[in-house]
Amino acid sequence: MRHVHGWLLLTPAAILLVSFTHYPTIATVINSFFSKGNSVRPSRFIGLGNYEAMTQDPIFWKVLFNNMWFALGTIPTSIGLAIIMALAVNRAMPGRSFVRMAYFTPTILPMIAVANIWLFFYSPDIGLIDQITGWFGFSSHNWLGDPDTVLSSIIVMTVWKEAGFFMIFYLAALQHIPPELGEAAKLEGASRWYYFRRVVFPLLMPTTLFVLINAVLNSFKLVDHLFVLTKGGPDNASNLLLYYIFENAFSYFDTNYAATLTVVLLGLLAVMALVQFFVLDRRIHYR
Amino acid sequence: MTGIRISNLVKQWDDVRAVDDVSFDVPQGRLTVLLGPSGCGKSTILRMIAGLEDASAGEILIDGRDVTREDPSRRGVSMVFQSYALFPHLSVRENILFGLKVRRVPVAEQEKRLAEAAHMVGLGDLLDRKPANLSGGQRQRVALSRTIVANQPVCLMDEPLSNLDAKLRAEMRDEICALQRKLALTMVYVTHDQIEAMSMADQVVLLKDGQVEQTGTPSELYEMPRTTFAAGFLGMPPMNVLRMDQLSGAGMPKGAVPKAEPGCMLGIRPEHIRIAGKGLPVEVASTDYMGAETVLRLRHADEVVMARIHGRPQVVAGDRLNIAWAADEIHVFDETGTRRGSPDT
Repeated sequence: MRHVHGWLLLTPAAILLVSFTHYPTIATVINSFFSKGNSVRPSRFIGLGNYEAMTQDPIFWKVLFNNMWFALGTIPTSIGLAIIMALAVNRAMPGRSFVRMAYFTPTILPMIAVANIWLFFYSPDIGLIDQITGWFGFSSHNWLGDPDTVLSSIIVMTVWKEAGFFMIFYLAALQHIPPELGEAAKLEGASRWYYFRRVVFPLLMPTTLFVLINAVLNSFKLVDHLFVLTKGGPDNASNLLLYYIFENAFSYFDTNYAATLTVVLLGLLAVMALVQFFVLDRRIHYR
Repeated sequence: MTGIRISNLVKQWDDVRAVDDVSFDVPQGRLTVLLGPSGCGKSTILRMIAGLEDASAGEILIDGRDVTREDPSRRGVSMVFQSYALFPHLSVRENILFGLKVRRVPVAEQEKRLAEAAHMVGLGDLLDRKPANLSGGQRQRVALSRTIVANQPVCLMDEPLSNLDAKLRAEMRDEICALQRKLALTMVYVTHDQIEAMSMADQVVLLKDGQVEQTGTPSELYEMPRTTFAAGFLGMPPMNVLRMDQLSGAGMPKGAVPKAEPGCMLGIRPEHIRIAGKGLPVEVASTDYMGAETVLRLRHADEVVMARIHGRPQVVAGDRLNIAWAADEIHVFDETGTRRGSPDT
């Protein structure tokens, strides 16, 4: 009788998990083994055919490398900035809560609104950046229209948006470090940098792991900004994996190929999460 | 020579004066206890000596050198914090060596001092543990070792025993005292626990509301309290401070109750009260049997009198009896609560 109650309590969560996580995952994997169907030729099982096609697809490799650069460009910078901002606002100073709020604002704003703001910043001639550089005599530049600058432009915007969000976690972690530790270090003559390196940063490592996993996930999850800003262009220069999946599924209606790409994305994320947990976790001190 | 000299020290927080014109000397190589109730400013004084708080006014001299504006690391002090301030991610070894590494002490010297300190406090086989895997007493020892390896002439302690249980506290009291003597440290020890002050101190500085109430050896404070506050703060139970106009000397030894003056108070330690055939009539309110002695709560008119009677007297609550004391055991305080010379004769 008791295990019946147990199962009844678990059921609501289980239904949600199964219908929105487990079933779609399995369905995706199954779909990826089938060909794209149409009214003339119905979808049929083709084994690893989609995966073969994927390895031949130059756009797939392009978005994969784009995604790698995007991750490398956004993750270390936003984490570094987040720590610096958290340290800056973790002391007594005038207008502290205002500054904290200002740092956090990008996180509160809806993604679409953020993208629109930055669209204005990046517009050639009339955009904010071009107007400012114009005063110093630089010629105008189409930041989002140039394949050489479009990915960097998106990276800058993403760092701006993520750093404030990560700052909140670092701020919370900093406030858990007892001030006596700093005082003890000060009595020994430790410089602020030495104290940060030997004490604060190691004590922040659990937060860093958490933030790192989030940052990696976010770097593969970006769709809405691309949708507003570039649609992945020009010439796929700013296309990222998830947006490419989105395009395949909802623009080209090739859901089977999209499923194949999704399986690859899931595999990538799983591998990275495992590496982070098993390699980094051992070196981290948890209180 | 003077270990530490504090003169006219003031700490002002916005509109609160936490430390108000405090002056005292800490003799070199001695243990001085800053004693007082919470909020009396004792920790603030200690933190100003360490340099963790800036003094609003006044001077701090260590070994004759004015360090009031000196960087904390150049004052020649080490400190044990109430929370021990151990770095949770570092092993015991790294915790102890932290300061030496900052100061770039040669590695051979580091190892030598570490071995000495670990031996002295008995941490030998715990050096690779993390603080989380240590008991409270062991953490305390790590904090002490940090002080030992630092080799500083002055050691500051901020309520170091308040997180320990009673048995361990007594043990650590002895160890800290032994350490202080062995290393001839000039130690300033902050506590609100009068037992620690009485048992450890060479000199006690009693503080109240940011001001020095009395400075002296534990026996001076106990036997000659300068104020009713000092009289009431030391002793378990504290000295009885009675309004003199409520008492009559009838049946008491000559001089045991001096002639009443308006507002004057009479102080008498509970252990100096004895049950007598004639004397002050009281009613027993309660009895606390402690084994070697019994503490009686007695009532005389509006006054409550505590008495410590040896053994187990045959009294119960509600009994009426007479108490008396000797003339040379009394303390007389005037209407401001300040001691009147020596006991009146």
